[in-house]
Amino acid sequence: MEEPIVQYKDIHKSFGDVEVLKGIDLDILPGEKVALIGPSGSGKTTIIRLLMTLEQPTSGIIEVNGRNLWQMTDKKGEYIEADDKHLRSIRGDIGMVFQHFNLFPHMTILENCMLAPTIVSKKDKNEVRKTALEMLDKVGLSDKVELYPNQLSGGQKQRVAMARALMMRPKVMLFDEVTSALDPELVGEVLEVIRDLAKAGDMAMILVTHEMDFALDIADRVLFLNEGVIEEQGDPREILVTPKSARLKDFLVRFTTNR
Amino acid sequence: MTWSWEVFIETIPLIFKGLWITLGLTIACYLFAMIAGFFWVFMSRIPIKPVNWLFRWIAEFIRSTPPLVQLFFIYYAWPVVPVIGVTLNPFVAAILGLGIHFSTYTSEVYRSGIESVDKGQWEASTALNLSTAQKWRYIILPQAIPPTIPMLGNYLIIMFKEVPLASTIGVVAMLHLANDYGAQYYKYVEPLTVVALFFLLLSYPSALLISRLEKKYNRRFDKKTATL
Amino acid sequence: MSSIPDISLILLKGLKVTLIVLVLSMMLSTIIALVAGLSRVSNNRLLTGFTKFYVEIFRGTSLIVQLFWFSYALPGLFNIHLGSDIWVAVLAISLNYGAYMSEIVRGAILSVPPGQTEASIALNLSRFQRMRHIIIPQAIRMMLPEYGNYLIQILKATSLVSLIGLTDFLYYGNIYRSTHLTEAPTVYILILIFYFLLALPLIGFTRKMEKVAKKGVVHG
Repeated sequence: MEEPIVQYKDIHKSFGDVEVLKGIDLDILPGEKVALIGPSGSGKTTIIRLLMTLEQPTSGIIEVNGRNLWQMTDKKGEYIEADDKHLRSIRGDIGMVFQHFNLFPHMTILENCMLAPTIVSKKDKNEVRKTALEMLDKVGLSDKVELYPNQLSGGQKQRVAMARALMMRPKVMLFDEVTSALDPELVGEVLEVIRDLAKAGDMAMILVTHEMDFALDIADRVLFLNEGVIEEQGDPREILVTPKSARLKDFLVRFTTNR
Repeated sequence: MTWSWEVFIETIPLIFKGLWITLGLTIACYLFAMIAGFFWVFMSRIPIKPVNWLFRWIAEFIRSTPPLVQLFFIYYAWPVVPVIGVTLNPFVAAILGLGIHFSTYTSEVYRSGIESVDKGQWEASTALNLSTAQKWRYIILPQAIPPTIPMLGNYLIIMFKEVPLASTIGVVAMLHLANDYGAQYYKYVEPLTVVALFFLLLSYPSALLISRLEKKYNRRFDKKTATL
Repeated sequence: MSSIPDISLILLKGLKVTLIVLVLSMMLSTIIALVAGLSRVSNNRLLTGFTKFYVEIFRGTSLIVQLFWFSYALPGLFNIHLGSDIWVAVLAISLNYGAYMSEIVRGAILSVPPGQTEASIALNLSRFQRMRHIIIPQAIRMMLPEYGNYLIQILKATSLVSLIGLTDFLYYGNIYRSTHLTEAPTVYILILIFYFLLALPLIGFTRKMEKVAKKGVVHG
C-alpha cells in the first residue's frame, strides 16, 4: 500500500460561530485525482484553502509527506504552532489555481511565471525563462508572453495561472472552481489543459468543481461534501451515476436540472 | 495707506530670495513626512492589539491638533524637557514639526494604497511560497504605491502652503521677509501680495499637473482592478 | 512651580475666542462652500468662471498669508473696519476653507450617477426639483465624511488667530511661556490636549458620517 501524500485527520474549521468543516478525514495518494463536489457553503473550498495554508484549521492535523503542516516541535520536543519558515518548507510541494486567477497585474505573463522560481527557488534566471516559455507554450500562450494580464481573456488568464503554479513543480495541485468565473465559451480551453495535466499522471490533483462530466472523466475518486462532512465518496461512476444517499441524489438532480 | 506699485516692484526680488528657502524647507519637510509615514503603517501592522491602539491614537492626536502648536512645542518646549531635551535651530524644528504632522497623513495614503490591493494577490503569493518580505517587495508595494502618487503629490502642494508657519519660529523665508519689510517701512500689503502671488504661481500649475496625473493613474488603476 | 490646574485655568481664558472663531468659521465656510459649489455646477458661464477664479486664488495661496494680508489690507487698503479682528480671522479662514469645501460639494454633485438625472427627467421633475429631491440628498451623504475632515482642519486653523493678536489658547500660552520658560512643555501639551478635546466630537462625527455615506447611495 502506497503512503498518502496528504492526510487530513479529524479537521474542524469554524469562521466565528459557523462551523464549516465538522471532522474531515481524507487521504490523498501521490498522483491521485480527487474531485470535490457539493452545494455552495458545504466547505469544499475551505478544505483546499487549509492545505494551501490560506486558512488555519480550528482543530485536527494535516500532514504532507508525513510532516505536520500546522504544528512543529520546539527544542524540547513539544508541539507548537508552525512558524513561517516551517510553513514555507512544506508549502513548496503544493500549488494552487484560483477561481479569480489572481495574476499579478503589474507583471507580464512571462514575469508572472518567472517570479517564484527565481526568488523562492533561487534558480538561474535564464533557465527559468526557458522553462517558463516551454510551460506557456504547453498551455497555448507562447504568443502572449510579453502581454499584461489585463490584455488577456478570462480563459487565457486561467491558463497563465496554471502555468505559473506548474513552474514550482508541485506534487499536489489544488484547483478552486477554476472555471466558475469564466464565460461559458471559455471553459473548454481551461478544462483541456487540466485534462492534459491529469493524463501526464504523476501530480496529485484536488479539484473543487461544478463540472460533473469533467469530474467523471478525469477523477480517480469523487467526494461529495455536505454541511461540512464527507457525505459520500468513491469511484466517479458510482457517485455520479448511482448515488446512494438521498442528499447526493437531490444535489445531482437539482444540479442537472438547473443547467 | 494706499497701494504702491513701487513698493510692490521693489519687494519682488527681496521675496524671491526667500522663495528658495521656502522651497528647500518644503522638500525637506516632505521627505521627512514621506519616510516617517511608513513608521505609522508599520506600527499599525504589529499584531498586538494595545500597541496598535496606542499608535493609532497618537497618530490621531497629532493629525487633529494644530501644527502651529506642535511647532512651538518642538521649538520652545523640547529644549527644556529634562534629560532628552535638545535645543534645535528653527530649520530643524520646522522639519521635525511639519514632517511629523504630515507623516500622519502620508501614512493614511499608504494605508489606503495597501488596502486597495486585492486579497487574492496575498493569497497567490502565499500559494507561490513567497516570504513575507518578498510579498511586500514584489507584489504588494509595486501595486499599492503607484495609485497613491497623485495623492502624495497633493500633499506636496499642501506642505508648500503650510511651510510659512515656520516663520513664526524664525525661519527667514518668504513670509518672514515680507513681515520684516512691513515692520521696517510700515508697508505690509504689497510684500504680502508678492508672497501670495509666488504661492499661486507655483501651486496652481502644480495642482493642474497633479489632477492630470490623477486621471492617468485612475484610468490605469480601474483597468487593473476590473479583472485581475 | 505652578500646577497643571493653574496653567489650565490661564489657558482656558482663551477658550472663548477659540470657540467663537471656530463656530463662526464653520458656519460661514459651510455657506460659502454650498454657494460656490452650486455655482460651479450651474449653467451660467460667468458665474462658474468667477467662482473658479475665487476657488483657485484661495486654494493656491497659504492661509497664514491670507490671514496677514486681510488683517493689513482690509483696514489699510480698503478702509474696511469689521469692528473686531475676530471677523478678520473668521473671514480669512472661511474664504480659505470655503474654497476647499466647495470642491467637495461640486465633486459630490457630479458623482451622482447620470441615471438619477435621467430617471428624474423621465418622472418630469423640474431642474430645481431634481436638485432638491434627488441629487442634493444623495450628494450630501457622499460629502459628509470629507466635510467632517475639513471641520477638523478649520479647528486646527483657528490656532493661527493669535498671530494677528487675538487672545485664544495659544496667545495665553505664549505669554505664560515667555515668563515661565521651564514650563513650556506643560503649556504646549495642555494646549494640544485642549485642541484634541475639541476635535474629538468632530472626529466622531466624521467616522459616523463615513458609515452613513456607505448607505443610501447608488453605486456605479
